[in-house]
Amino acid sequence: MAEPTLEVRNLRTHFFTRAGVVKAVDDVSFTVERGKVLGLVGESGSGKSVTGFSIIGLVDPPGRIAGGQILFKGKDLARISEEEMRSLRGNRIAMIFQDPMMTLNPVLRIDTQMIETVQAHRNCSTEEARQRARDTLGMVGIPSPDERLKSYPHQFSGGMRQRVAIAIALLHEPELIIADEPTTALDVTIQGQILAEVQKLAATTGTSLIWITHDLSVVAGLADDIAVMYAGRIVEKGAVSEVLDTPLHPYTAGLIGSVPSRNKRGEPLRQIPGMTPSLLNLPPGCAFRTRCPRAADACMAEPAIEQILPGREVRCFRPLTGAAEQAA
Amino acid sequence: MSAAVSETRAALDAGAPMMELRGITKRFEKKLDFAGRIAQRLGARVREEIVHAVDGVDLTIRKGEVVGLVGESGCGKSTLGRIVAGIMPPSEGTILRDGLDVLSLSSQVVRAMKLRTQMIFQDPYASLNPRMRVADIVGEAPLVHGLVTRAGFDAYVDEQMRRAGLDPAFKRRYPHQFSGGQRQRIGIARALAVKPDFIVCDEAVAALDVSIQAQILNLFMKLRQELDLTYLFISHDLGVVEHLSDRVVIMYLGRVVEEAPSETVFARPNHPYTQSLLASVPRIEARKRAFAVVKGEIPSPLNPPGGCHFHPRCPHAMPRCKVEKPVLREVAPGQRSACHLNDVA
Repeated sequence: MAEPTLEVRNLRTHFFTRAGVVKAVDDVSFTVERGKVLGLVGESGSGKSVTGFSIIGLVDPPGRIAGGQILFKGKDLARISEEEMRSLRGNRIAMIFQDPMMTLNPVLRIDTQMIETVQAHRNCSTEEARQRARDTLGMVGIPSPDERLKSYPHQFSGGMRQRVAIAIALLHEPELIIADEPTTALDVTIQGQILAEVQKLAATTGTSLIWITHDLSVVAGLADDIAVMYAGRIVEKGAVSEVLDTPLHPYTAGLIGSVPSRNKRGEPLRQIPGMTPSLLNLPPGCAFRTRCPRAADACMAEPAIEQILPGREVRCFRPLTGAAEQAA
Repeated sequence: MSAAVSETRAALDAGAPMMELRGITKRFEKKLDFAGRIAQRLGARVREEIVHAVDGVDLTIRKGEVVGLVGESGCGKSTLGRIVAGIMPPSEGTILRDGLDVLSLSSQVVRAMKLRTQMIFQDPYASLNPRMRVADIVGEAPLVHGLVTRAGFDAYVDEQMRRAGLDPAFKRRYPHQFSGGQRQRIGIARALAVKPDFIVCDEAVAALDVSIQAQILNLFMKLRQELDLTYLFISHDLGVVEHLSDRVVIMYLGRVVEEAPSETVFARPNHPYTQSLLASVPRIEARKRAFAVVKGEIPSPLNPPGGCHFHPRCPHAMPRCKVEKPVLREVAPGQRSACHLNDVA
């Protein structure tokens, strides 16, 4: 088997605040193969975005990578210099943010920003760079890219702006794209268009994709693999169809159960009681214990993530292994 | 469907209209400033900009019903919600509350009437005063309107908080000490404290995490039964609307394009816009599939396309759609749709 694009091993990203150490990412491991889409799913504060920021080296103090390896094509990103990281960032690894205005400079025209990005990593003439910018805008489905290149970000709609941000990420044909909730703020019809474009691109260019989202339904249609995060840790990992059809972790099962379309109309939704604990004050043992319907004495100890079925890993002492339990 | 459900449905159909909107239109105008007026005098082509946020909407909400109002950004669903809640006057049209014309009544009657319609907002961070304690947020309005005496204040607030699933022990706290889900519960307690019978929820669960969203939706359903509430539930999330609503109204650029009972809309959508909206929704049951695509973007409401607003994006558009505005008419029992295709068939 070919070398995976990205292999994250036991990553720990901690924030050393005055109130204490916040373990935003704690012992996270996953692999992304070439041309595959990994859906990184979790609720707010689960550490999914910080995982993305750690990979691309954008964790600001008081946070820092406290341990583990981020192997990108065999090279450990956690240990390279800022200079080396800068030569990769935007070039071989790119990121798309939820708010495209985080990527775009409001006072510069699109062409200025795109040409600058091309020339930052490639020695070429401005005309060649413009050509590349125009081609990429066309690729993400922006009509009349020649005219649109001369526009400012505020002249685009939200969906178009996100397309421009995606086009900028694609300029250097990166091997890995990290997308942090890029369609969450968009309307459903526009979200559908962008998901379709992204799917096509991943399939044709062989780019690997990490899609960070809280929306299981988006991951269901887009990703190959899924990793579910809770309180800084991955609690379950596996192929999308298997995890969504037969969840092993009670938290995954709870998330799937609370999606309205999975419930009978008009009947109460199955809900997870309580709320996400503060990362500063996690309950000892399994972090999900206090909300879990299956919690037992064993859960007072900290569970490790283990492979209990072929291709299925779960961090739980009492996983849902019976078919009847999963359906419930 | 069970017999009991059809019976309640029949009872609902017979229910008196709680809220009736007739020909509601809301325009937002941007007047020309001084420089603009001079430029216009001198022959420059500057004009006042008018947005038709809501354009001739008729809507009836019967007692005990949950009506889902769906549409994408800029379709006027929030504006319509505000008009229904009485916090924004329409530019044209009539609003009947329990059969009485709200706009022609004396201000005193209207005040009492408005109290019976309350609104729950999307952003639980922006809709609570950060400098007020929870007890005052929940209890201020009932006190002002004389629903509770100073002596009974504490007990009343406790009851309201408990009903919304909040521990009354927290009533001395400020909003920033609560999580998003709990803040939304404060918003719900505040709305229900003045004993309304009609609630307008404007994207009330959109900002919440999935597991918290389920808790709040369950609370809405529980309160509906306990207090016999009627809801206008505004959302862009079709999954949520499908789960909660008896009837669904779909808007596009200020107009209602389709209106039908929930099961009908999701089983047999009539309008091409409804169809493409449903096709775009990601479903958890779907696996690695090509996403269905509606072409194009939502046009600017400043300059909407003529005829049927949806024609530039519609896969079935005919020449007639560009010039003639389709009217909303019945295509099946209880289902109304505004599309010229229904005339052809």
